[in-house]
Amino acid sequence: MSLYARRKFVNAFNLTASVLTTLFGLFFLAWILWELFSKGFAGLDITLFTADTPGPGSEGGGLRNAIVGSLLITLTGILVGAPIGILSGIYLSEYGRGTWLAATVRFVSDILLSAPSIVIGVFVYMIMVAPLGGFSGISGAVALAIIALPVILRTTEDMMLLVPDTMREAAAALGAPRWKVILSVVLRAARSGVLTGVLLAVARIAGETAPLLFTALNNQFFSLDMTRPMANLPVTIFNFAMGPYENWHDLAWAGSLLITLVVLGLNIITRAFLRGKKH
Amino acid sequence: MNAREQARGAPKHSPTVETLFRGVSLAAALLVLATLGAIIAMLVAGAWPVIEKFGFFRFLTSAEWNPVTETFGALTPIYGTLVTSAIAILIGLPVSFGIALFVTELCPVWLKRPVSTAIELLAAIPSIIYGMWGLFVFAPFFSENIQPLLTDTLGQLPVIGALFEGPPIGVSIFTAGIILAIMIIPFISSVMRDVFETVPRELRESAYGLGCTTWEVMWKVVLPVTRAGVVGAIMLGLGRALGETMAVTFVIGNSHELNIGLFWPGNSIASTIANEFTEADSEIHAASLIALGLVLFLITFIVLSLARLMLVRMAKTYGGKS
Amino acid sequence: MTDNGDKTVEAKRADAPVATQDESARQSSGTTNLPAEREGPKPKLDIRNLDFYYGKHQALKNINLKIPEKQVMAFIGPSGCGKSTLLRTFNRIYSLYPNQRAEGEIWMDGQNILGKDVDVNLLRARVGMVFQKPAPFPMSVFDNVAFGIRLYERLPKADMEERVEQALRRAALWDEVKDMLHKSGAALSGGQQQRLCIARAIAVKPEVILLDEPTSALDPISTARIEELVMELSEDYTIVIVTHNMQQAARISDRTAFMYLGEIIEEGETDQIFTAPREEKTQAYITGRFG
Repeated sequence: MSLYARRKFVNAFNLTASVLTTLFGLFFLAWILWELFSKGFAGLDITLFTADTPGPGSEGGGLRNAIVGSLLITLTGILVGAPIGILSGIYLSEYGRGTWLAATVRFVSDILLSAPSIVIGVFVYMIMVAPLGGFSGISGAVALAIIALPVILRTTEDMMLLVPDTMREAAAALGAPRWKVILSVVLRAARSGVLTGVLLAVARIAGETAPLLFTALNNQFFSLDMTRPMANLPVTIFNFAMGPYENWHDLAWAGSLLITLVVLGLNIITRAFLRGKKH
Repeated sequence: MNAREQARGAPKHSPTVETLFRGVSLAAALLVLATLGAIIAMLVAGAWPVIEKFGFFRFLTSAEWNPVTETFGALTPIYGTLVTSAIAILIGLPVSFGIALFVTELCPVWLKRPVSTAIELLAAIPSIIYGMWGLFVFAPFFSENIQPLLTDTLGQLPVIGALFEGPPIGVSIFTAGIILAIMIIPFISSVMRDVFETVPRELRESAYGLGCTTWEVMWKVVLPVTRAGVVGAIMLGLGRALGETMAVTFVIGNSHELNIGLFWPGNSIASTIANEFTEADSEIHAASLIALGLVLFLITFIVLSLARLMLVRMAKTYGGKS
Repeated sequence: MTDNGDKTVEAKRADAPVATQDESARQSSGTTNLPAEREGPKPKLDIRNLDFYYGKHQALKNINLKIPEKQVMAFIGPSGCGKSTLLRTFNRIYSLYPNQRAEGEIWMDGQNILGKDVDVNLLRARVGMVFQKPAPFPMSVFDNVAFGIRLYERLPKADMEERVEQALRRAALWDEVKDMLHKSGAALSGGQQQRLCIARAIAVKPEVILLDEPTSALDPISTARIEELVMELSEDYTIVIVTHNMQQAARISDRTAFMYLGEIIEEGETDQIFTAPREEKTQAYITGRFG
């Protein structure tokens, strides 16, 4: 075989392999989505939102308490994490730009961003659950806030840095003090990007399970008390999937579908946001 | 002096607002540092009884995990974590590379956006979904169809045959590795694609101009140029696999027996903590789990620091041209 | 203090020939000792022994210059010669960046604006600036102009509307935007955006306006409009303009300073600089032999 023919063969072989691996990868991902949708839709009806989680061996049931709990915990987590994330992102892109402190904070934030979420759960257990004497919705929210924080920090910094310095100079040249330049010009120019970061963080924490296992724990009953154990979708899915009852499995699938739809929906919204920004 | 001059004499933006805002944003940044510091401090403090009782080295190398006799060794979960992650990378890496190659070089333009969007969206799906699917769909399928096949072929080989042994129950270290692979494929391939796309167009075009085939452009030009970034992408994926809890806990079988056979149930650090932390009665049991958390944190810390280092080096080479 | 535009409009063009007579008496040694003993109008800005550093790199060397009130002063020179850097010391905008620093003195109305006790925000309200690239803020046309006013004045709605209209009229933009005041400033064309930025700068009623290559990103028609505007504004404001376009400097400025490698090589009446430069380097530059 001539050298050229050989090169052509190697090329064809490897490119075919590339197409096949793509199909292989997409096949599994399609398989997962297919099972999720077909099994999840079966359980998706109105009682899902009106009935609470069933106890062992009881029939039917829904996920009302878990859905409400998840909403509360996620929302509180974002309310705690977002201001800190945005403010520290502002520090990195404005006051601290180019300093070693900002570089350190950025590095540490990256480490936090990919720290195992179960370790965050253990940490929050040690600083909140153990000293306060019990599992609580609020400690779950704190764990999620720690996970949301680096996501928001990073996007805020990136988006603020996209605002050209001429904008800062133009505002400062009118006599605006630094904080005013930052808040009413730079942050305003970057707001859709910053909001995107917050939405991405919501998407990220909405499905987090591990950090809730030893913080919010779970609760079979409806509760709005953030100081007590609180039902939430991820842990409910985990418990029900691992349990022996058929209706538990169905609810776990329905809950999984619900979370996936929310997460994918948030991701699609943020994409639309970002695309709109580019124009 | 008119009214405005007077207004200038007493500006309504007093410097205290500036100081306050600067201080608050600095405090937020410092809080990020403090959080990581507190995590490390708490883990070390919580793990201290274990280090005192067993010694850190013995804790790492002992395979015995018995809450009744209060003897704890981390070898089984560490082994499970490392092996599942290794399987995930072995399977996930070629597939991710194939996908990244397809998207950057082969894909028709009209298909490019849908495929990359699909992959990025899949990277966002919560890991618990992968775990559910693994437990209910993939594990039974695997034990019925694939595992017998592997045992009959690879299992018959000398030496490595021992790896392909175990009961046909579906939940095993191997299954966990596969689920992890599927989970990190979208992640690695989208980072890799980003990295490949930083290569300047001129470089690609001049290689094509010399008569290189697509594969040669990829393998001999793009890949060497982006090596640091590709390694960074793999390390990020590895970091995810090492620290993953839910996708693994569902399918690994949660057994503290140390087996070489990959089809036996096992345990990972994250799944051990997930299963036992709320039930740990004795102080030393809880401390052992925290020590496991510390070990996991250190492993991922090292892997991720390396990944960041690689990606930073990559950005320095080509960041300006992307 | 004469921050109010419609006070005595000095006939500065009439002053110009008077100043020319001083020229023969002027010893300009090429480098920069005090430029002249007697300038025509009184100086608005008096720069003395100014050095400027980017980190360790010295970008300006011993600058001495008087900028006369209510005239147009142009800085010309090859890129990197320090003309923008010099401009950026007049409102201390450089101090946004921690590694940039200026040494020396710049006197404005009896105050050294490089002094430690100077409130830079108040200084910047008196010394407006327009940049190379138009930078409309992410808000409506109206709010863009009102932004600076709101920083230092609380006005009733009607007064504010009047001030904004005044500024837009002054910037020759009113007729084009009066029906779209509440649309985003980014929706305007490049030339309109730049006039918006000028309106924004004059709405604050500054005493000095700094223009940093204000037309380099614009088409010829927009450029002509901005040039006209600058000449008009010089009746009320002291204007300093940096330009890489020599014809522009010749067209609109009363005085011109030629800079090279961080120094002022020659400064004088614009006519003199362009027709009878005293320095060889100036001659070489304006005849296009380098730069």
